[in-house]
Amino acid sequence: MHPALSVIFFTTLSGAGFGLLLWLGLSVALLQLRSAPALPATWLWALGTGTALAVIGLLCSLAHLGRPLRAWRALSQWRTSWLSREGVLALACLVPAIVLGALLWRGVEGPLPGVAGALLALLALGTVVCTAMIYASLPPIPAWRHPLVVPVYLLFALLTGMALMHLVFALRLPLGRDGPMALALLAALALVLAVAKWLYWRDIDRTPLPATRGDAVGLPGREVSVFERPHTGQNFITREMAFVLARRHSRLLRLLATALLAGAPLLACLLAAAGTGPVWGAPALAFAGTLAASFVERWLFFAEARHVVTLYY
Amino acid sequence: MTALPPPSKKKLGLVIDLDTCVGCHACATSCKEWNSGGIAGPLPDEQPYGREPSGVWFNRVHSYEVAPARTPSGPQPAMTLHFPRSCLHCETPACVTVCPTGASYKRAEDGIVLVDEDKCIGCKLCSWACPYGAREYSAVEGVMKKCTLCVDRLYNENLDPAERVPACVQACPTRARHFGDLGDPDSEVSKLVAGRGGVALMPELGYRPVNRYLPPRPRRAGGDAEGDDGAEPATREKPSLSRWLGRMLRR
Repeated sequence: MHPALSVIFFTTLSGAGFGLLLWLGLSVALLQLRSAPALPATWLWALGTGTALAVIGLLCSLAHLGRPLRAWRALSQWRTSWLSREGVLALACLVPAIVLGALLWRGVEGPLPGVAGALLALLALGTVVCTAMIYASLPPIPAWRHPLVVPVYLLFALLTGMALMHLVFALRLPLGRDGPMALALLAALALVLAVAKWLYWRDIDRTPLPATRGDAVGLPGREVSVFERPHTGQNFITREMAFVLARRHSRLLRLLATALLAGAPLLACLLAAAGTGPVWGAPALAFAGTLAASFVERWLFFAEARHVVTLYY
Repeated sequence: MTALPPPSKKKLGLVIDLDTCVGCHACATSCKEWNSGGIAGPLPDEQPYGREPSGVWFNRVHSYEVAPARTPSGPQPAMTLHFPRSCLHCETPACVTVCPTGASYKRAEDGIVLVDEDKCIGCKLCSWACPYGAREYSAVEGVMKKCTLCVDRLYNENLDPAERVPACVQACPTRARHFGDLGDPDSEVSKLVAGRGGVALMPELGYRPVNRYLPPRPRRAGGDAEGDDGAEPATREKPSLSRWLGRMLRR
């Protein structure tokens, strides 16, 4: 599949944004319930950053459309389409986000901010899962039907969201007391994700397409080879679906994604432990590294997926 | 509405005979010509004589080589296969259900799958969902385009009743394309499918295509078929008259 930059920017940026909103919502709900000292200013910064990133990501996705001004119509078919459901939930997320923002701004105490936070976390989770399901629900692309696709997508959103939240907290809060522990948690999550990705890559390398060219032309069991293409140049189908990535490039990119994914949080831990540089240095490294890893991984996710229509070519 | 309508009795579709298709592309060009107007037109045709021609065609004719094989109907020789590929107007098409705007829909009365170009946002998800590559994106208009089964010919009062068939069916010089109601077991096309063993393409994907492809008829084994005993035709006994004639003429 052709890796469209607009879609890659959309899934990674809005993934990080919704991931941050998810962690933020959870922390507001849990801390509220335990009546710990509130951190309204920092939370507001995190809320603003997460919402801005999510909205930027969604705007990037409009660049993929042929008629972006009609995009509002994409909210109508939530009964059948995962893309529609994702649009509805993404916009619905903005409601508790704005409500929570208003409550934090006014310094409102009591259960309300917690409820808004919990709702925000739930809707952010729903949005990320719906986005992953857009790809996982397509039968002609077997690589995306793998059971690890949705969990890995979710983990990337959680990872980059957590790294970003950590960065916002490091920038806004004077104390970086749990800095190293939080970074260690991030590194552990990144390692789990790296293992999951390698399992997925191993599986898609081993699994051939579910049909042969003979099946595709209605002659199952016969050996069919291409004699002449229907057109001498490219067309939409070949440009969009028949993207070929050389195996050595794919290997290099997989190693790069893993290095960024596993390496950046570990380096950040070392940096935090050494205590050199500003207090936001290590979290910034962790966020930049994991976000870059998610770009590379998403690019590979598209580039290495084979569509069944390529059998005809 | 992208929810699929309840299954209709009438299932209009095409039957394509792979035995008689010679790959002449008449179906492809007549489709392109008809859809330079009509409900799906104009089809984009950018830089047709330029460096990088690009455009949308609803019907694309592939050509393949099929290797010789042993089949239940005897050893089959190598052959070329011409394969017109277009929308199969499936019964449970994912291209309809994934559409977020409701632009992609299946008609309840006759099962034709269409694109409402006023609602389409060009997100291309329907083309990803189609395993047969039936949908192409028009960069000029920013919407998706697909075979309409010439719905603007089928019910067109301005055409002769005999001409109210898809343009590709009318244009085919070898009668390799047939149109009819595949939901009616007594229709001509249904009888053709039953008689020739017509198949659906990749049914295991669950789209339940309506169009059927008639496989090439089993060939009488030629000289290069597997299992041939290698006997040269030239060494077989010729009739004595022609042998005498050969001797006479050689003098």
